[in-house]
Amino acid sequence: MNDPFELWSYLAQEPLLWLTVTLVAYVAADRIAEAAHRHPLANPVLIAIVLIAVVLGLSGTPYPTYFEGAQFVHFMLGPATVALAVPLHANLGRVKRTLLPMMVALVAGSLTAILSALGIAWAMGVRGETLLSLAPKSATAPVALGVSEAVGGEPTLTAVLVILTGITGAIVATPMLNALRITDWRARGFAVGLAAHGIGTAHAFRVNSTAGAFSGIGMGLNAILTALLAPLVVGLLF
Amino acid sequence: MIRNIAILLAFQLAGETLARGFGLAVPGPVIGLGGLFAALLFLPKLAEAMRPTAEGLLAHLSLLFVPAGVGVTAHLATFAENGLALATALVGSTVLAILAGVGAFRLTARLTGGDVDE
Repeated sequence: MNDPFELWSYLAQEPLLWLTVTLVAYVAADRIAEAAHRHPLANPVLIAIVLIAVVLGLSGTPYPTYFEGAQFVHFMLGPATVALAVPLHANLGRVKRTLLPMMVALVAGSLTAILSALGIAWAMGVRGETLLSLAPKSATAPVALGVSEAVGGEPTLTAVLVILTGITGAIVATPMLNALRITDWRARGFAVGLAAHGIGTAHAFRVNSTAGAFSGIGMGLNAILTALLAPLVVGLLF
Repeated sequence: MIRNIAILLAFQLAGETLARGFGLAVPGPVIGLGGLFAALLFLPKLAEAMRPTAEGLLAHLSLLFVPAGVGVTAHLATFAENGLALATALVGSTVLAILAGVGAFRLTARLTGGDVDE
């Protein structure tokens, strides 16, 4: 057996270790969510993040080192976004019939997300770069990062806020919309996708396939609208 | 399978090229989504062929957000300072945005007679 320290310093630098940790943590998180009967609070993304954060903390691994390995998973976000065209196409007839409700919901939801995030944080004393990083948080990650940079936020902080927003949406949507007795899967999915992007969409696909398809549309459209609205809103307010 | 992944990557690449080439605010993958959607309108057979790959990829969409989410470990100082305010803003605005979206969707659907989903 070679020197264990040398072995560790080799493994810690290679992408293989952190890629494996990411997948194993996700499989474990998914099992935990399953064991909790898919309770909304047992969100697999949240559990996986906590598991990996603990491993990084215990091993003293900085985030950039971890990301070297995990970037292969992160990369797949791009093709997955493109792949949303397939369920969108499968729901073409429905999409055509609900074009107007979607447009109205999109503008209402997108503006609400940007203004209420900035308003609540501002009222609670958040200022500067941290505040501006909140503006695009309902948009999907690649969009939000670009917008954050454009409005003077901190892109890596925005990335975290985007993920936390998605987890929040996935946790609150089902109990809240059930309590309100909203049975229209199109409306439910669309609103979740626009407010909570891909994580909301992943959750919506697990609940109902129509909700998932509409969630994907909501996410795609809000990505475009946030890219246009957030710089405008920030320019007017600050 | 490989062909379908190549198609997805090609549309993403075209999207990124357009987005960066023309300095567009819309990100490359979203343009790629639009491009593939337009292509599927003319090639319904391709849509059928791509279905298993797309569904497989989208079934594990949550996994793809994990690496960026772990970035929270690099921002612990910000969260220690503004944690409560940021948490309130995230939860509050996400709830409000979902309610605004659902409310506006339902209201418009009712007013325009597109209320029935069959």
